[in-house]
Amino acid sequence: MTKFNLFAWWANSRATANASMVFVVVLFGVTILASAGNLLFPEGSLLHVSTYTITLLGKYLCFALLALSVDVIWGYCGILSLGHGAFFALGGYGMGMYLMRQIGDRGVYGNPLLPDFMVFLNWQDLPWFWLGMDNFLFAMAMALLVPGLLAFVFGWFAFRSRVTGVYLSIMTQALTFALMLAFFRNEMGFGGNNGLTDFKDLLGFDLQADSTRVCLFIITATVLAGAYFSSRYIMNSRFGRVLLSIRDGESRTRFLGYRTEYYKVWLFVYSALLAAVAGILYVPQVGIINPGEFQPLKSIEVVVWVAVGGRGTLYGAIVGALLVNYAKTRFTAIFPDGWAFMLGALFVYVTIFLPQGLVGWVSNRLQRAKAKAEVA
Amino acid sequence: MRKIFRIGLSLLIFVVFSPLTRADDAEVQALLHSLTEASLNETADIITQLEEAGGDSMMPLFETLLAGDLYYEKESKQLMLATKNDEGYSGAEVFTGADLGQFERGAVKKIRVNNALRTQLREAIARINLSAESAQQRLHAVQTMLGELDESSAQLIQERIAVEADSDVLAALREAYALYQLKSSADDEQRLAAIAQLTGSLEPDVRVVLTQLLETNGDGEFIESSAPVRAAAATALKKIESKISFYSFLEQLFFGLSLGSVLLLAAIGLAITFGVMGVINMAHGEMMMLGAYTTFAIQEYIMPGAIGYSLLVAIPLAFLVSGSVGVVIERTVIRFLHGRPLETLLATFGISLILQEVVKAIFTPLNRQVITPQWMSGSLEINSVFSITYNRLYILIFALLLFFALQLIMKKTSLGLNVRAVSQNRNMAKAIGIKTDRVDALTFGLGSGIAGIAGVALSQITNVGPNLGQSYIIDSFMVVVFGGVGNLMGTLVGGFTLGVANKFLEPATGAVLAKILILVFIILFIQKRPKGLFPQKGRAAND
Repeated sequence: MTKFNLFAWWANSRATANASMVFVVVLFGVTILASAGNLLFPEGSLLHVSTYTITLLGKYLCFALLALSVDVIWGYCGILSLGHGAFFALGGYGMGMYLMRQIGDRGVYGNPLLPDFMVFLNWQDLPWFWLGMDNFLFAMAMALLVPGLLAFVFGWFAFRSRVTGVYLSIMTQALTFALMLAFFRNEMGFGGNNGLTDFKDLLGFDLQADSTRVCLFIITATVLAGAYFSSRYIMNSRFGRVLLSIRDGESRTRFLGYRTEYYKVWLFVYSALLAAVAGILYVPQVGIINPGEFQPLKSIEVVVWVAVGGRGTLYGAIVGALLVNYAKTRFTAIFPDGWAFMLGALFVYVTIFLPQGLVGWVSNRLQRAKAKAEVA
Repeated sequence: MRKIFRIGLSLLIFVVFSPLTRADDAEVQALLHSLTEASLNETADIITQLEEAGGDSMMPLFETLLAGDLYYEKESKQLMLATKNDEGYSGAEVFTGADLGQFERGAVKKIRVNNALRTQLREAIARINLSAESAQQRLHAVQTMLGELDESSAQLIQERIAVEADSDVLAALREAYALYQLKSSADDEQRLAAIAQLTGSLEPDVRVVLTQLLETNGDGEFIESSAPVRAAAATALKKIESKISFYSFLEQLFFGLSLGSVLLLAAIGLAITFGVMGVINMAHGEMMMLGAYTTFAIQEYIMPGAIGYSLLVAIPLAFLVSGSVGVVIERTVIRFLHGRPLETLLATFGISLILQEVVKAIFTPLNRQVITPQWMSGSLEINSVFSITYNRLYILIFALLLFFALQLIMKKTSLGLNVRAVSQNRNMAKAIGIKTDRVDALTFGLGSGIAGIAGVALSQITNVGPNLGQSYIIDSFMVVVFGGVGNLMGTLVGGFTLGVANKFLEPATGAVLAKILILVFIILFIQKRPKGLFPQKGRAAND
């Protein structure tokens, strides 16, 4: 890999650096203002931001991170994954298991060792895969390792045998569908239908407290920014250039001597890890993880966020995720049954009329206006 | 006065429409009349004479009498099946079941029966059943007798063996007699012969008796004293069990084929839209849903009176409904996305959401009940351990018919030729004058219409609700991808392979795990053979 040359990288991407600057300023501006609004101003004040809003914003940022992870592989390498919800949910389950163990004897049944659902199922011992999950660092390592390993194994098999395009999309969908069926089973030891919920605290901090919520929100924003810049760095590196050439002509890249499958596998693992991190941050904020997150529909929704925002730009995915989710929140409040209808129409509209997404449309407009101004 | 009139009327009806259309009608009438005044001893004689004179037409009378429900009106001596209620008795004609109206408590009298008479009646009923005209009925009679074999019924069976002509019934009779001998005979020779006769019988009663022979008492000693009988019983039981496990294998195979036919139905339309046209049609499941709802609408609104024919009407109509929706989708959305498969995936997924919402708005989100016509319910009983339900059997046949019809369209019609030409090389097809736009629309319409027909069949075995399509879409894609895209034969083989594999895994793993294993298997299989079981050959394969 090339040596990290900050200046070269900076010069290389000055055009997008502007967008990045805007992105970071807006992201942290909103984050700091919202946090301050929640903690410093009392309830009822004009500037008060409710904890509900903070949690909602935190949730949106997790979705943005998930969308980013999809954009990394779809926008830059042409791999459309319809199963990224699986990595997200696996990360979330990792966090959920840790939080579950933290409950200790404060559960309904008061069993110091077993989570409530296991007591309910009449289990005597903790299953082996729950062992050690009460250690935060170990749990987080597992929450990253398991999805990463799954992505590696899946990607290794798929890319090595050159499963591409549509086939790969359908395989990823089958993967998440199979996992959903598996996690719905009570025997799996992940709470079956109900999943994991009723969490109390994280590293000793009460999950219901405003300060914890704000803290999680700030952490999520920071992680999102970090993920954005690391992805930006990867995409601008030599590795990223090869990815783009794979996207635009895989056979040619292979003929030039690159082992394209290696590039794709590592990118796939990186993307899965981003999704898992999003899941890890998501669970303590919403307070539940259940097999519904594995639903193929959820994964496809993520693809729509990216498509709406515009793929292959990184910030486009984030913008798309935030916009669509904000619309979803507003829309389901006003007209609960209509959301699926709207979502469907959005799919069709974006694919036909906005092939580059909102970001692409806006930048096209700007360029045209600029060109006009120059002519005049 | 009115009552007498009513009784008179029903007597008239009785005479005109009575099932007793024999020459000795008058004799039967006289006997029936005398039944009302007979003592218990005389009743026995009358029953014997009635059986001789009336034969199987006396069944309702005997059954009513056996149940103790036979009464007569004191005044008119009219026999009736009386049911007690709050104000006395409600009467019904014994033979025709026609309503005779309400009677006061004192106006009717019960015809009494004692145990001797009950035995006689049971024998008479068994005899009548055993000599019934249809072989099916006789067989059934033998089977019901198996559980309650005694000396008199054994006597009956022996008499019947001498005259029985139907081989199946004869075998059943011999089996029943052997079972009786095994249970009651003291002679070991005879019992061994009986066991030999019973070897291979699948009747549960036979198994019960044979198992009893091998039981031990509390001290661990065999209840059955004769060792050769025990040994023979053990071998017979083993043979019976291996036969049963063979039939349960057949049953599993049938379930597998049945599931395979459902998968084939679900995938067959997709084999056209995805397989041949290359459109990742995520709205395929919703085309099936539309077909199923068409069936519901026909039964509910158009012809609620003729459920029997509703499916026959639903098949062409579902084809039209789903087909035309498919054509509209192709013209308005998919044609703008040629050569961009991933975008078609998203757009058609959007369409599937819209269609689900539309259906929810029209038919409510609840599952709707589609009625199974009479001719599709019930089951075909091969023997007492293996039977096939008619709806699964018909769906299996229907799936195959649909498949071959589609194969015929693709191979023998000009539309099929054009479709294949366009799918293999669009530009070249255009150059030689094929209207590719039209062909695209028709192909997509055909695939969607076929999915609609599949929906009609699926409405018979699954819930008809807005989620019907979603629950089949992943399976459908798996079948097509597994079989090989662009190859109808692959879809057939793929569907049946996955169905049978799934059903054979199920007993060991449970339904959900079996499904997961199949999915994992397909994921691994595709890594090994990315083009499926039957990859497309030739230039079209190198896209």
